Amino acid sequence: MTMFSPELDAIVPMLCVTLAALASMGAEAFRGKNERLPIGGLGIVGLAGAAVSSVLLWNRSTVGFGVIQADNFGLFVTLTLVVVGVLTILFSAPVLERNGIPSGEYYSLVLFSIVGMMMMATASDLLVVFVALEILSLSVYVLTAIRREAAGTEAAFKYFLLGAFSSAFFLYGIAFTYGVTGSTRLSAVGAYLSAQALSSNPLILVAMGFLLVGFAFKISAVPFHMWTPDAYEGAPAVVTGFMSTGVKAAAFAAFARVFLSAFEPFKADWAPVIAVIAALTMILGTVVGVAQTNLKRMLAYSSIAHGGYLLVGLVAANDVGKAAILFYLLAYSVTNLAAFGAIALLGARDRANDELRDYAGLWHTHPALAALVTVCLLSLGGLPPTAGFIGKWYIFSAAVSAGYYWLAIIGMLTSVVSVFFYLRVVVMMYMSERGTSEVPPRVAGIGMAALALSIVAIVYLGVLPTHVLNVAAASISTIF
Amino acid sequence: MLLTLSWTLPLAGAILLALIGNADGKRDAMIRWTALGVSLLVFAVTLVIWARFDPASADFQFVERVPWIPAFGIDYYIGLDGISLLLVVLTGFLTPIALLSSWEGVEKKVKEFSIFILALEAAMIGVFVSLDLFLFYVFWDAMLIPMYFLIGIWGYDQRIYAAVKFMLYTMAGSVLMLVAILGLAWMHSEATGAYSFDLLKLYTLQIAPETQTWFFLAFAVAFAIKVPLFPFHTWLPDAHVQAPTAGSIILAGVLLKMGTYGLVRFAFPLFPAAAHLFAPWIALLAVIGIVYGALVAMVQPDMKKLVAYSSVSHLGFVVLGICAMNVQGMQGAVYQMLAHGISTGGLFLIVGMLSDRRHTRQISEFGGLRNVMPRLTAAFLIITLASVGMPALNGFVGEFLTMLGAYLWDPRFVVVAGLGVILSAVYMLSMFQKVYLGEVTNPKNEKLQDLQPREWASVLPLCAMAILMGVLPSIFLKPMEPSVKKVVERVQTGAPSVRAGASPAAAPAIAAAQGR
Repeated sequence: MTMFSPELDAIVPMLCVTLAALASMGAEAFRGKNERLPIGGLGIVGLAGAAVSSVLLWNRSTVGFGVIQADNFGLFVTLTLVVVGVLTILFSAPVLERNGIPSGEYYSLVLFSIVGMMMMATASDLLVVFVALEILSLSVYVLTAIRREAAGTEAAFKYFLLGAFSSAFFLYGIAFTYGVTGSTRLSAVGAYLSAQALSSNPLILVAMGFLLVGFAFKISAVPFHMWTPDAYEGAPAVVTGFMSTGVKAAAFAAFARVFLSAFEPFKADWAPVIAVIAALTMILGTVVGVAQTNLKRMLAYSSIAHGGYLLVGLVAANDVGKAAILFYLLAYSVTNLAAFGAIALLGARDRANDELRDYAGLWHTHPALAALVTVCLLSLGGLPPTAGFIGKWYIFSAAVSAGYYWLAIIGMLTSVVSVFFYLRVVVMMYMSERGTSEVPPRVAGIGMAALALSIVAIVYLGVLPTHVLNVAAASISTIF
Repeated sequence: MLLTLSWTLPLAGAILLALIGNADGKRDAMIRWTALGVSLLVFAVTLVIWARFDPASADFQFVERVPWIPAFGIDYYIGLDGISLLLVVLTGFLTPIALLSSWEGVEKKVKEFSIFILALEAAMIGVFVSLDLFLFYVFWDAMLIPMYFLIGIWGYDQRIYAAVKFMLYTMAGSVLMLVAILGLAWMHSEATGAYSFDLLKLYTLQIAPETQTWFFLAFAVAFAIKVPLFPFHTWLPDAHVQAPTAGSIILAGVLLKMGTYGLVRFAFPLFPAAAHLFAPWIALLAVIGIVYGALVAMVQPDMKKLVAYSSVSHLGFVVLGICAMNVQGMQGAVYQMLAHGISTGGLFLIVGMLSDRRHTRQISEFGGLRNVMPRLTAAFLIITLASVGMPALNGFVGEFLTMLGAYLWDPRFVVVAGLGVILSAVYMLSMFQKVYLGEVTNPKNEKLQDLQPREWASVLPLCAMAILMGVLPSIFLKPMEPSVKKVVERVQTGAPSVRAGASPAAAPAIAAAQGR
């Protein structure tokens, strides 16, 4: 079944979200002074459209204009991004109201960056990947500073400078790739390289290195992670949740696609490098995370570590590994977004309440919220029966079946260390007396609903993962 | 269905309790009774399972199997043999006692307490009935969560430190086991073309001796931490001393057995060649633990800590029996697991009663309690003697059989282990003497109440069981015998064929994988 023309079909999910973004800009422009419009609802409608069209495109491997490949891999990530988008909007609603952030520009920025993410996940041309990267990055830079206060602005500026830096690396990589292979299409690059695989051209290694650095910045892999803690801490919690999941998912999808298709012939060259990066990322993320007293900063380091786990799947690069990346991205996105969403819900207009001690005795005042946060943290720590456990198990199965026992062992040990700092939050919430900080007595219903929804998803993925695992496995069988 | 019921019932009970609103604590009584009712029902289910169990068979019974994650050959696959049967019954038996023990000791957040106890029971039963390694691991790790909260919220002063230490120690051991489990499943797929976590299929896998060594170590460390085997025992005194009474009862009664159960069910039969290689060393650690635990117990001023170290000593016998790898030793080990669950559970229970009354557990604070609480003294005496291993009580049978088994294997270990038996009499009886005999020296002890009806209900079954297990051990030995023989046979016959180099598929595949 064709929806429009075959060329257009592939970009329908993105079109839906783009239209929603434009509509919310328009709604903001024509809004009366004190009129309240459900602009977030527009976004959800657009994302629902993207979800429906992705489901309709499933198994059809449509190609749009030769550069957008709506294969199952891309669509799975697109659907993950829809989940990220919907949860972000739900968590944002109470935050925007509380902090007086204009919802029209906020939601349109969120939606535009989702468009960029979706494009990045489905792009099959390096230049389109770059364009997508810029679309999403520029929106996220602005979102970081949306509160227009010192911390946010500083964070956005750091993020912007280092992000621009990494974009330059990425462009250099594209240029070198083009110089060697004469094309930026992934299929053409792959075909050229597999023909040349035996003769080693140093320039292609340079190209690969630059691209690797560019991606490593975006997924905040060590040693290119420096911007992450500052940016994550400075941004509003819900934006941090959004960028730590959406940006990571999109960047990983593109990373996997580029390295597992175009540069597959040079796997022997890049796999060991990424393996070392993965190990460093896991270790640094967890070890430094232990020392944090600010919850957002702690979760920033934790998300660095989770990037390391995802890299393990990329290194393994067998069928299990590829499917594991997809499953892990989904599990991690839901969990991490929920954790940041909970932080956002507990914030007040004038103070963020994101220090560890602000959580002391939360159990006594907000028992339901504390229980939900605990499930999130257990999932991040990889304890059964949660999504995080299945995700880790899947990733490390891939590592073991590819013979990377050492990576699996490092991953497992770092996840034990990470449990230590996740437990500190639990200790605070459950085992400490009520502190002096003022947490809002009631948190917004819509936020609690979103949190509850995430928890249902986390437990569902943890107890009955079969369906999603099968879909993830089927997603990668058609490509690469 | 019966077996599924045995672990879903407590879980359903926990969920039911979660739905009862109890913000102001007005429904505490109702919640306590509901939790107790659920746990008694679970005990009844375990008894029905025992009644329907065929003691002559060595096979797994009540087997249920439903595909769970088919792409990886993971099934919801549960079943019981004689070994796990008795441990499941023990779990069912101790949980109501644990709930009773905290009737008055736990005052805050009764609802959450009961939820965690029932969730813990579900996970513990799940560990014992799993025949799929993945399922086993899920229960094994999931069980940490309720225990962590039990120690951390309702424990004593140092509870947070103890809870975190307990959690991290256990996890650190078990994650390596997970890597080994993944490795096993992958080797199965290399050998047969399909992933499998099915324990019985993995038993038949031929594994190269060198690989066995690594995998065995990964499993053994996980279980050794849980047992705990010297020198991995340091979490235990902290966890025990800080845990609330109910937590200590379950920790000593059931949780520690998971370690030894894991050795019997997984580590030894899965990797027989490595088991033969390491058994003397593990036995050495066990014997060191027996003596070390006893010596440290002797100098403890705190009753709970004394009992905790006595556990290190007693569990050493269990491990020694397993390492002997003959029928007597194994059977003794399993019997000692049950006996230790009863007697140490009882010790923690009564120490908890004293601590509830006086809010101290220092031996020096007590003395002459015989004069004020004769009934409690009598109960404590029975349990103490059971723990020491007096004939006609439960501890004797297990210790005797493990030492017999160890003697048939290597008499040198028995000589040292025998020292542990003597020392256990020394520290247990001297504690009994200091706390109960003589005159009342501390005026605070003069008005202490003797056993209350509720306490009778928790103490009596334990004393009765201690005597029953001592007088009629065959009730318990019989159902486990065929299963134990089968395990021993597997450990003994599995080893030579592997030593002969019969590892067609796995060895080159691993070498290839590691070279990649």
